[in-house]
Amino acid sequence: MSAQPLLRIRGLQTFYGKIQALHGVDMDVYEGEIVTLIGANGAGKSTLMMSICGDPQAREGSIEYLGENITGKPTYEIMRTGIAQSPEGRRIFPRMTVLENLLMGGMRSQPEHFEEELKRVFDLFPRLKERQHQRGGTLSGGEQQMLAIARALMSRPKLLLLDEPSLGLAPIIVKQIFEAIAELNRSDGLTVFLVEQNAYHALKLAHRGYVMVNGLITMQGSGAELLARDDVKAAYLEGGRH
Amino acid sequence: MEYFLQQLINGVTLGSIYGLIAIGYTMVYGIIGMINFAHGDIFMIGSFIALILVVALGITAATPVLMLVLALGLVLVLAMALTAVWGWSVERIAYRPLRGSFRLAPLITAIGASITLQNFVQLSQGARNKPLQPLISGDFQLTDGGADGSAFIVNLSYVQILIVLTTVTLMAGFTYLINKTSLGRSQRACEQDRKMAALLGVNVDRTISLTFVMGAMLAAVAGVMFLLYYGVIDFYIGFLAGVKAFTAAVLGGIGSLPGAMLGGLLIGLIETFWSGYFSVEYKDVAAFSILAIVLIFMPEGLLGKPEVEKV
Repeated sequence: MSAQPLLRIRGLQTFYGKIQALHGVDMDVYEGEIVTLIGANGAGKSTLMMSICGDPQAREGSIEYLGENITGKPTYEIMRTGIAQSPEGRRIFPRMTVLENLLMGGMRSQPEHFEEELKRVFDLFPRLKERQHQRGGTLSGGEQQMLAIARALMSRPKLLLLDEPSLGLAPIIVKQIFEAIAELNRSDGLTVFLVEQNAYHALKLAHRGYVMVNGLITMQGSGAELLARDDVKAAYLEGGRH
Repeated sequence: MEYFLQQLINGVTLGSIYGLIAIGYTMVYGIIGMINFAHGDIFMIGSFIALILVVALGITAATPVLMLVLALGLVLVLAMALTAVWGWSVERIAYRPLRGSFRLAPLITAIGASITLQNFVQLSQGARNKPLQPLISGDFQLTDGGADGSAFIVNLSYVQILIVLTTVTLMAGFTYLINKTSLGRSQRACEQDRKMAALLGVNVDRTISLTFVMGAMLAAVAGVMFLLYYGVIDFYIGFLAGVKAFTAAVLGGIGSLPGAMLGGLLIGLIETFWSGYFSVEYKDVAAFSILAIVLIFMPEGLLGKPEVEKV
């Protein structure tokens, strides 16, 4: 863990029209970490993730990536600096094939890396290789999630933003996807910022975690610490390990 | 039979022109979900630019063949380039500032842009018809007049061949561009999910601009062909041609490129056959009636994409 965070967020405030969604968020993500953000529906988790990407743009506060202030930059420029996102709802291009979706993901990296990256994501998710000529819209939910992550990886990101990768998936698929994330982090040193409602799995996977309530960070600590806290248990782990 | 063949040839020619214009409508609709009502006038501008270039370059029917071919090629390329600037400007001035505004706003400015372009040309070029002497004359006679010389003679003119060949070539190139190149993929990505495209590093505004530029270029080609085929243009030709091409795009399934081509061809054929066999006065009624009937039974058009998708 280096002293300088890869991503440094200070006092971030984001609005949708007149409605304030984030009320001054502070957060750091260091290189090589898996950091998770948990919280209830509507807490502002996805807003934070999208604000990092400049859509919507933050009204107050700053986002620094690799020591450079990226607040206010257009989305496409931010996404060309080594940040990639697998967004909420996956947003697969439904009328493009799996391969074309991956080509879109690889647009930002050098074309000569394409084959190499393609092999890497096919090794990670062999299922996608079988389906490469199928249209994105015809994949199952789990396959679409794998494709969304694979597409984000195609640009060789330094920082991977993952928004609710477990949403609506069968437990066995969730397990596969979380294993893939852990593997990427372990073997490639990929930094991952993970937003999850599935707090149990997310906190087990992550090195550090943040808890968000109504657009504010209320707790932070290592994954194990947060998992052990009674208030976290009561609020997010009630009903067992979902 | 001879008469039928002649109508078929005429219909395919007209349909090619409609198809080229229709692509502009369908692409813009696909990518930003609005009808660019000024697109017909962009076609008209293309036609005028071509006429001005023909006159400026001193091209006449007397120009030697090789020179004529080169000069017309130059006219085509210049008209495409200059019309592209117009198409780009319309998007920049009338549509981009309204992106994110309510849906009707850009439709209103589209109509405004259309009226502005028409009036600009009317004022700067005059309201009268602009005739152009046929530059390419000559044809193939596909049938003779029969033994007594009374049968119908089927003509396939050089201009018609030129129009159909140019259209087919452009459409093939264009289909390749959209389906196989990185620019085309970005365009399709913006069409399917603009927000996601931006998250993958696509400059969405630039991609939309390029879509207008490409649509304007194809409309310019249609404008040049229209000028060569009919030999007379005025500031108002964009309106009816635009409405027809728009109809073609809707008929084929708006948002679908093959649909626009097919729709253009069908509208051209319907119009020509109706004029040939029934009545010239009612040709527009026929074209629009077919549109209404198709839309009743296939609301998404002939090749429109089904909206059912797994999410």
